[in-house]
Amino acid sequence: MRNPQLNGAGELQHLLTLEGLPSEIIGRILDTAVPFVSIAERDVKKVPLLRGKTVFNLFFENSTRTRTTFEIAAKRLSADVINLNIGVSSTTKGETLLDTIDNLVAMNADMFVVRHGQSGAPHLIAQHLSATGREHIHVINAGDGRHGHPTQGLLDLFTIRHYKRDFHALTVAIIGDVLHSRVARSLIQGLTTLGTPEVRVIGPQTLMPTAVESMGVHVFHDMRKGLADCDVVVMLRLQSERMKGALLPSAGEYFKHYGLTADKLKLARPDAIVMHPGPMNRGVEIDSAVADGSHSVILPQVTFGIAVRMAVMSILAGN
Amino acid sequence: MTDASLPDAEITLGRLAEKMRGAVAFDAMLIGIHSGGAWVAERLGELLPGEHPVGYIDVSFYRDDYAQKGLRPKLASTTLPFEVAGSRIVLVDDVLYTGRSVRAAINELFDYGRPESIELAVLIDRGGRELPIQATYVGARLAVARNLSIVLQRRLDGSLELSVEPAEGAASA
Repeated sequence: MRNPQLNGAGELQHLLTLEGLPSEIIGRILDTAVPFVSIAERDVKKVPLLRGKTVFNLFFENSTRTRTTFEIAAKRLSADVINLNIGVSSTTKGETLLDTIDNLVAMNADMFVVRHGQSGAPHLIAQHLSATGREHIHVINAGDGRHGHPTQGLLDLFTIRHYKRDFHALTVAIIGDVLHSRVARSLIQGLTTLGTPEVRVIGPQTLMPTAVESMGVHVFHDMRKGLADCDVVVMLRLQSERMKGALLPSAGEYFKHYGLTADKLKLARPDAIVMHPGPMNRGVEIDSAVADGSHSVILPQVTFGIAVRMAVMSILAGN
Repeated sequence: MTDASLPDAEITLGRLAEKMRGAVAFDAMLIGIHSGGAWVAERLGELLPGEHPVGYIDVSFYRDDYAQKGLRPKLASTTLPFEVAGSRIVLVDDVLYTGRSVRAAINELFDYGRPESIELAVLIDRGGRELPIQATYVGARLAVARNLSIVLQRRLDGSLELSVEPAEGAASA
């Protein structure tokens, strides 16, 4: 069976996951994003590639930042953007996911950007469009359940490549709640595909997926050991609802063991970069001095995220 | 594949520079259209008297065949090391054919600001225009069959060379 993200010619039709996405396609997205970065610095922050196209941001789960960056990306490509926060509209009236899609297709949608709490929802939409002869409509996964967040993974890869140039000699540590993190999953898949020799995950046993080693990573429970000689440190957001379950004792206890402080960061390489997908919990997973410090590339990640999403949208719409 | 009927690129470049000398504003910016035009712009920057800053433009985001062909895989960044608003600009390309790349380049430049003026300098004008665009300065005029494209290459020593290749599909320069 062919990769459901690719069309018959092997071109990217949808972006659903980084799992199994060939390195050439990932490389092409990252290359294409480079010229999009400078568009934000121009007088007119727009190019006409998606002029006349209609992009629907379908957010079945809230996310102000991701939705905003997709919206800006589509607008800078001159598309018309419609934002739908469906969690609070149709589904509460009982409409099914695919009925919602069919209605939006009847409004001549060209692209869906989908965030959903259920893993596989964007995939289901893409399959439905193919099965009903509407494969010219593109689907981008903007985060589904615990499964993946491919554009976040791509912007993380872009950021790493921007500062470190090449993946072939890097040690990358991903720290925190790996279990619930679709960001971590997508980033690990992308790093592995691009040939990163050492990917580490660091966190308490209760926040590690079982058999996480099968993804090609090394597991550390002692943050100080795991940070040694790292080139890239990726902090994950600790969702406060995890604290209510039995997974963690308290935020203070978590910070003591897995919070990134200037002191712990000294164990990484002197030129290490610190990343975070946002929104940050200062004093829980990251100390303010590090978040605002000279190693932090957290705000450039946001800027690059727009360029990467523009690249994905313009490659998809052209295929 | 080279063609005996093709003019020598270096001699043609010299002729183009000769026509521009004295006619181009002393402070005009040379903006080369990626990639052949960029090489010609760099060389013109050395050959022309005065200080001519050189910029580069990749028109991929403004091409009119995106809907048919999609985004090209290899993109370069547009780099304009000066303010476009109020400047006198000479767009530079290697081969002028349908005029579509020049149309795209002019549109892109206006998204950076309103230039004082834009002129167009090309190494080769091969006719075949599909838009009302003409060059201000031309190195050589040349008739070539529609199924062929003229390709500019840069040798390792930096010198330029013209060759003829079969056109890819219905490609337009």
